[in-house]
Amino acid sequence: MASKKLRVVHYLNQFFGGWGGEEQAHRGPQIVDGPTGPGKAIQSLLAANGEIVATAICGDDYVGEKMNEAAAEIVQLIRRYEPDVVIAGPAFEAGRYGVACGAICKKIQETLNIPAVTGMYGENPGVNLFHKDVYIVQTGDSVRTMNEAITRMVNLALKLVAGHKIGKPAEDGYFPRGILVNEQSERSGAARAVAMLLDKLKGQPFEPEVLQPTHYPVSPAPRIKDLSTATIALVTDGGLVPAGNPDGIESRNATRFGGYGFKGSDSLTAADYDVNHSGYATVFACQNPNRLIPVDAMRELERDKTIGKLHERFYSTTGVATRLEMARQMGQAIAAELKSEGVSGAILTST
Amino acid sequence: MTPISMMVGVPRVVQGVKIVNPMGNEEMDPEAEQRLRRDIATGALHALQTDVKVPTLFDRHKA
Repeated sequence: MASKKLRVVHYLNQFFGGWGGEEQAHRGPQIVDGPTGPGKAIQSLLAANGEIVATAICGDDYVGEKMNEAAAEIVQLIRRYEPDVVIAGPAFEAGRYGVACGAICKKIQETLNIPAVTGMYGENPGVNLFHKDVYIVQTGDSVRTMNEAITRMVNLALKLVAGHKIGKPAEDGYFPRGILVNEQSERSGAARAVAMLLDKLKGQPFEPEVLQPTHYPVSPAPRIKDLSTATIALVTDGGLVPAGNPDGIESRNATRFGGYGFKGSDSLTAADYDVNHSGYATVFACQNPNRLIPVDAMRELERDKTIGKLHERFYSTTGVATRLEMARQMGQAIAAELKSEGVSGAILTST
Repeated sequence: MTPISMMVGVPRVVQGVKIVNPMGNEEMDPEAEQRLRRDIATGALHALQTDVKVPTLFDRHKA
């Protein structure tokens, strides 16, 4: 280990910092010299490797109510102690505390450019919010697991400061950060896959090499009660773009979408559009763009008053090899635009 | 592709024609094809007027 003694700053909430319970949760941040509460146990684990030079303490509600500002304020207090690393928590199952620890660690990394480590229970909302940005070690749901939690946090913190290679999430006991790392294996993919299958069939634990993306639950919107006054929009992931693709939407792994007006047109005309999508044969959609965005049919339904109005602009992106997180962000952005434009419902055609 | 739509949790699903041609069929004459398009759109509009709790597959509808 490094010969220089590391300077460590520890973060605690009002409870672990010794101020009191919920009645102290509104209090703003303070910083005191040396270790406090669980920091004393962390200090004994650090032993000669490092010293907790200060402990920052803040109420959970104070951070929860204005997270960014509060985290920045706390980082300014911590900065004066010139730490090499910051340890926050552990927060166990305490939601606001976990979110605060995650936000502060993230801000520390961004502002001071030093590593930060925290610890939480899997269900803590701080895990979902910050696991991609911050090393969060896995802890039990209560303070009973304090010793194990701080041991993991200290080990990981020491590794990070020393610049040592961090092990896989299961080895070093932290929540996966969604990072894929290449490594050499002596066994072929086929042998590893069969071994995994055999373990699964035997009911034994096994560790996948690639984590499946999480699907986000979609809560259904309430029904449209009166279609005859509704404005209906058309959306597609089939890659329909105006000729020349003015927004440069990618033909795969899209990160962009476009909204394109067709005011007054009874139908989309082939010459005005391109189909920019590397995931299907686009010839039929190119021949007649209404096969993706059915303006002609919707105009009929508008004329016979089945719907109140067809929204005069369609939205489009390319749905092939698109990252789930990106698709989610684009979907939210399109939905927000549709809402602000007074649209009551949308038909999304997918290829 | 409707099973995928259902699996990822799309609340209201109507089956299109083909992957390459969700709202059309190049083998039909243009008038019949436009009617087909209207039937699929009408199915989607029917779905939008129906409350659902879980991913639900709706039929096409004659306008």
